Amino acid sequence: MAHSAHHPPVGFLGRYVFSTDHKVIAKQYLFTGIFMALVGGFLAYVIRMQLTFPGESIPGYGHVSFVHYNAVVTLHGTIMIFWVAMPVLLAALANFLIPLMIGAEDMAFPRLNMLSYWIFLLSTVVLLSSFFVPGGAAAGGWTSYPPLSGSAAFSGGQWGVSLWILAVALEFAAFLMGGINFITTAFNMRAPGMKLFDMPIMVWLQVVAAIVFMLSVGPLIAGAVMLLLDRLVGTGFFDPAAGGDPLLFQHLFWFFGHPEVYVVLLPGFGVIGEILPVFSRKPIFGYRMIIYATFVTGVMSFIVWAHHQFIAGIDPRLATPFSITTILISVPIAIMVFSYMATLWRGSIEFKTPMLFALGALAVFLLGGVTGIHNGTPAADIFLHDTYFVVAHFHYALIPPVFFAFFAAMYYWFPKMFGRMLNERLGVAHFVFTFFFMNLTFLPMFLLGFMGHQRRIADPRVFDTLRNAQVENLHWLATIGAIGLLLGQIPFLVNLVMSLIRGERAEANPWRANTLEWTVPSPPGHGNFERQPVVYRGPYEYSSPESSEDFLPQNAAP
Amino acid sequence: MFDSWLPEAASSYAEKIDGLLVFITVIVGAWFLASEALLVYLALRYRRVEGRPAAYIPANTLRVMAVVLVPCVVILVFDLVIDAVAAPVWHEIKETQPPHDALIRVSGEQWAWRFFYPGPDGVLDSADDFEVVNEMHVPVGAVVLFELVAKDVLHSLWIPALRLKQDAVPGRSIRGWFKATREGRYEIICAEICGFGHTLMKSGLVVENQTAYRAWLDSQQGTQLAEAGHPGQR
Amino acid sequence: MDDSTVAKLEGANLEDLGIPTGRLAMWWFLASEISIFGGLVCIFVLLRWRHPEWASEAVHTINAAGALNTVVLLTSSLSAVLAHQAAEDGRYRKAARLLGATFGGGVIFLCVKAYEYSHEIHAGFVPARSMFWSFYYLMTGLHALHVIGGMVAMFVIMLSVRKGLNPQRVEYVGIYWHFVDIVWIFLFPLLYLAS
Repeated sequence: MAHSAHHPPVGFLGRYVFSTDHKVIAKQYLFTGIFMALVGGFLAYVIRMQLTFPGESIPGYGHVSFVHYNAVVTLHGTIMIFWVAMPVLLAALANFLIPLMIGAEDMAFPRLNMLSYWIFLLSTVVLLSSFFVPGGAAAGGWTSYPPLSGSAAFSGGQWGVSLWILAVALEFAAFLMGGINFITTAFNMRAPGMKLFDMPIMVWLQVVAAIVFMLSVGPLIAGAVMLLLDRLVGTGFFDPAAGGDPLLFQHLFWFFGHPEVYVVLLPGFGVIGEILPVFSRKPIFGYRMIIYATFVTGVMSFIVWAHHQFIAGIDPRLATPFSITTILISVPIAIMVFSYMATLWRGSIEFKTPMLFALGALAVFLLGGVTGIHNGTPAADIFLHDTYFVVAHFHYALIPPVFFAFFAAMYYWFPKMFGRMLNERLGVAHFVFTFFFMNLTFLPMFLLGFMGHQRRIADPRVFDTLRNAQVENLHWLATIGAIGLLLGQIPFLVNLVMSLIRGERAEANPWRANTLEWTVPSPPGHGNFERQPVVYRGPYEYSSPESSEDFLPQNAAP
Repeated sequence: MFDSWLPEAASSYAEKIDGLLVFITVIVGAWFLASEALLVYLALRYRRVEGRPAAYIPANTLRVMAVVLVPCVVILVFDLVIDAVAAPVWHEIKETQPPHDALIRVSGEQWAWRFFYPGPDGVLDSADDFEVVNEMHVPVGAVVLFELVAKDVLHSLWIPALRLKQDAVPGRSIRGWFKATREGRYEIICAEICGFGHTLMKSGLVVENQTAYRAWLDSQQGTQLAEAGHPGQR
Repeated sequence: MDDSTVAKLEGANLEDLGIPTGRLAMWWFLASEISIFGGLVCIFVLLRWRHPEWASEAVHTINAAGALNTVVLLTSSLSAVLAHQAAEDGRYRKAARLLGATFGGGVIFLCVKAYEYSHEIHAGFVPARSMFWSFYYLMTGLHALHVIGGMVAMFVIMLSVRKGLNPQRVEYVGIYWHFVDIVWIFLFPLLYLAS
């Protein structure tokens, strides 16, 4: 194996900065992602304040012009999807967990892994720098549809969109490297005895997410290059005057963009799948059924993309077929959700913070899931498309994996990452604030959507139908919710810092869990396992009649 | 019910879309509430109690998995029913074209809507065409065929009261129709981000009776022809 | 636990996948590459089919140069196969020499391509001239970048395999080179011959 020459690193730089250790790289991704979440959260605050107090100066930002507003909306979406959800859920969790969970000493390609992070960091710098260039950051929405994004003449700045494209392309390169590592590591570096269907759900879902990402991103990479050429060289791929077609970019974008939803969703579901059995002391309900459902979701995610374009000018006869595939994808997702709920049935449930966030994720996701049916039905979408109903829907669908599942993962694996427990009381407070204020923020948006309130407008008072007390009150509620949601993260950040300094020291297996990461010290040393573990069983043998205790680690000899 | 939140309905197909929204909301709402209740029930009912260990149910046989699979099959049926109910509505609105009484070309540009009327000959791109900016007039009860184009970037023609939304794409001419059923003044909005004036891109729709519409047409024709400087033309 | 148990358990892994990690990584990498070039080729074919008038632009590509490059790439793929064989047999210096031949094929390919580009640009066929030329430069340019990337990797591997280090990488870079070759075999008829 390539690791025979893998010596423990020396010096501060070697250990914490230019490290090839998957655990260090995971933390680098984690902290970069948390930092970007704060940037994205601040932009959300600006959006909410502008909609509630249009035209007034916003504390901490200042006056928001219409130009700025579009850039703020664009960067909020871009950052939250590509610079928060992807690094935190995919890169940080998969990097930390895959080798530990399958009993490997590191990733298959540690140096490629390090390169992946540094390219990602470069992409982050490029994106953030686009705020400060002449003309400002990209302002064409996170989808950057041409012709608006195809020429400086339409959107103002010459630099913003070009830097946006460059940053996104670099980011994709980073995650392609990461994805190759995840897949090959999980396939080829499992501990002796661990068959593919002995891998924890988390590993499976990360692998499927990585495969879906790698197979769907190609056309958008091509599209990004074409858009950049349109801007810089004067080609006309998306310019109708030159014989190009703006809709082509939409197809390329959503061929990736919709699978991307599942790329983010699946790791989040993986977290929930790890936590539910541990805190219910029960095997996960239908392990193989869940994994097969994931495969079906992954395959189907490639044939639903045009539901983003029902009214975009595509042939209307395409709408109903794409609607059917879209609505049918609810079936494998429902299998996963119901299996998770059935895991609770006749369990012995302990409401620790990770469990609260996992259950909260399911509770919130249910609403995000069912409202997908509204949007996926073409005739209903005529009214709902580009309204706040869509905004509410995708926040309800994506906040559960990106934030709830991420928080659950942090409370659950923090002891393993840093060797200390997080404070339980602050954790519960964090959960209560997050759950309450999240709903307060986004429930009103469903109603705004039903009132016909369109997205991405900087001032609702411009419109007669939106210039009324109802709309104003709903915006107020959402804004109070958003500020509460942001302030509600203070207990979490305090908890992180306090626990890192003087949290209770964590034992190797504080949750009495079965998977291999809990068989090594917290935090694990370089190389993870002192002795190569051998696996005898699947990961979820809780309350098994074979054991006198209520758990049975994967590596316990029979 | 929540449909009181929806904007005023003023087109022949508005009520069908509204009905569909209610239909979907009732179905998925029932599923949502039942699932949410089940989740809370399971979490509370099976909370940790001293002396009550968890059951060992790995669910690796089809018999046990049926607990999950049967509801999912039911969901599949509901899914198909929803699409079966919705497809004809979509078909009527976007896939068919009833014979029209009026023809208007709608053009989006940064940041205004322009409306081109064919004039007395009923043919666009002829000499008697006239153009109005930011106000569209249509007769009540008449089927209007529109031809949607965009000059620069993507826009989206969004008339909430008519439940009409259609993106305008540069380089394409997209046809659609509506029949306004109630007289009044409504808003025309751009629903697709189109640059920094996006928020301000709105126009008015005036739905009026035949007499008023005729009068408006005549007044427009007069001014337009005069301005264009072709007084002698038909 | 006795040794035979461990051996049996390890056997369980091999029955899942017996592919070396490096080769597996290369296959997955190429899978994502296929989605890039595959997407582009699909778009081009659909548009080309809808726009027969592009033929009048396509006649200006230099068929002879394209054909020569096809031969060069195919030949260089052959030497990559022979290099793999030599590396398998433990003849590392020979493997390095053969990789050198493949590298040389890449150099010739790029020189011919550069000649074509300069010739075409001088004749006024620049990327912004028409959709056909936009696609031509996009697809051949992206392909040329892949050629350059492969040559960089090949150079590094050539140096190490001479010393007998990481001989398995000769195979991996060979797989990559075949892919670059196959992409060209799609591009040549689509961009040059179909006019």
